Amino acid sequence: MSKLLSRRGLITTGLATAAGASGLAVAARLADRYGLIPPDHGGVYGVGETLTYTAQRLLMANHSLAREFDRSQITKSVPIDGNPPAKENYRRLLAGGFADWRLQVDGLVARPALFSLAELKSFPSRTQITHQACEEGWSFIAEWIGVPLAYVLNRAGILPQARYVAYFAFDDSWDSVDMPEALHPQTLLAYGMNGQELPAGHGAPLRMKVPRQLGYKNVKFLARITVTDSLKNIRNGLGSVSPDYGYSWYAGI
Amino acid sequence: MAGSAYFPGVAIRNPDFAGTPHHAALVRITHWINTLSFFGLLISGIAILLAHPRLYWGETGNVGTPSLLNLPLPFILTGQTGWGRSLHFLSAWVCVLNGLLYVISGLITQHFRKDHAYNVVQRLTYIAVVAILFPIMIWTGLAMSPAITSVFPALVTSLGGQQSARTIHFFVADFLVLFLIVHITMVSLAGFTTHVRAMIIGGKDRP
Repeated sequence: MSKLLSRRGLITTGLATAAGASGLAVAARLADRYGLIPPDHGGVYGVGETLTYTAQRLLMANHSLAREFDRSQITKSVPIDGNPPAKENYRRLLAGGFADWRLQVDGLVARPALFSLAELKSFPSRTQITHQACEEGWSFIAEWIGVPLAYVLNRAGILPQARYVAYFAFDDSWDSVDMPEALHPQTLLAYGMNGQELPAGHGAPLRMKVPRQLGYKNVKFLARITVTDSLKNIRNGLGSVSPDYGYSWYAGI
Repeated sequence: MAGSAYFPGVAIRNPDFAGTPHHAALVRITHWINTLSFFGLLISGIAILLAHPRLYWGETGNVGTPSLLNLPLPFILTGQTGWGRSLHFLSAWVCVLNGLLYVISGLITQHFRKDHAYNVVQRLTYIAVVAILFPIMIWTGLAMSPAITSVFPALVTSLGGQQSARTIHFFVADFLVLFLIVHITMVSLAGFTTHVRAMIIGGKDRP
C-alpha cells in the first residue's frame, strides 16, 4: 500500500513538476513576447527586477502620465551631479554654442538622420514641470522644454521590429528604454530647463527626460540615439551602463 | 508565567504544556521567510539611506534645501545603493507575497481568531504591526515610485509628497525595528530555545 502510494505520489509530483515547469516556460515566452522581461533578468536579483518590470508594465498599460506640478513648486536649488564630459570634442562644441553639434539617430529606422539643435528646436515642443528623484534619495522639481522623443523617432521612421531605444552621451554614459517609454508623451529630448537653455551642468545641449523613472535614466550630454530589436549586442548587453554599477535597467521602482 | 510572553509566537496556550506553543506549518514557514525578507529589507534599507542620510518634508529635498532631520550618519557613496536597491526590492517582493500568503491563510483557517492566548497589549501590538505598520511601509514605498504614482497619484499626494513618503518610510521602519527588539527580548525572557524550536519544528501538539 505504502509502495503504491509512494509510486502514485512520485508520478503526481513528477507530472506536477513537469506541468509547472512547462507552464513557467510558456509564461516566460509570452512575457518576453509582450515585452515584460527586462534585459537584466538574470541572477537572484533579476527575479525582483522581472517581477517589478512585469507588474508595472501591466499596470501602466494605459500610458499613465507622471505627475506634473505648478511653477511655484519648482525647486530653487538643484545640485549638479557630476561634471560635463572632459573630452576635447565636447569642450569645443560647448565653446561654440553647440552650433556644430548633431544628434545622430540610427538603427532600426527608415531614414537615419543627423539633427542640429536648431532643427530640434523647430519641431513641436512640449513643456512639463516634473519631479526627478535620484536613486540616492534626493529630488527636485524643474520645468523642462524639449521635443518628444516619439516625434523625432517617427520622423526618422521606426521600423516594425523596434523594441528598444538606446541613447548615448559624450562621456561613457548610456541607457535605453523600451518602446512604451520611448513613445510616451512625457519622454522628452530636453534642450531647456526652467526657462533657459539647458545648462552644461544639467546636460547641455540635450538630455533625455524620462519622468516615470529615476534620475539616472535621464542621461545628459546626448550624442546619439539608436533604435534596436535587442540590447544584447550593445556594449554590456544589459541595456544600460547602470548594471555595471549594480543598478537596475528599469528604474520605475 | 502564563501571558507574560510577547506575541507573536511565544504565548502560552496551555499551562500543561510547560509554555510551549504549537504553530501550524504555514505559520512557521511564513515566519522564517518573513524573518529573512525583513533582514534583507533592513540591511538594504540602511545601505540606501547612507547615500543620503537626510530627511525632508514635502515633494522635494536635496543638500541645497532645508531638511527636516539630518541624521548623525556619514554620506556614503561607494555604490552600496546598487546592491542595496536590488536586495531591497527583491526582499520587498518576498515580504509582500509571503505576507499575503500568511494573511489569506490566517483568514481561511481562522488562525487570528483562535489565538486567544495573548493578552490585550500583545493583540493590539500584533494588529498594529500586521494591519498598520506593514501596510504603511508598502504604501510609502510605492509612493516613492514615479511609475506607480503615475497610475495612482493619490498614493503620494495624500502624504504631502515624495520626500514625505520617504520620511514616513524611515520612521515606520524604526518602529518595526523597535518591535523586533521587544519581540526577541520577550522570546528570550520566556525561554529562547524552547520558543525558537517551537517556531521551527512546531512544538507540542494541541491538547
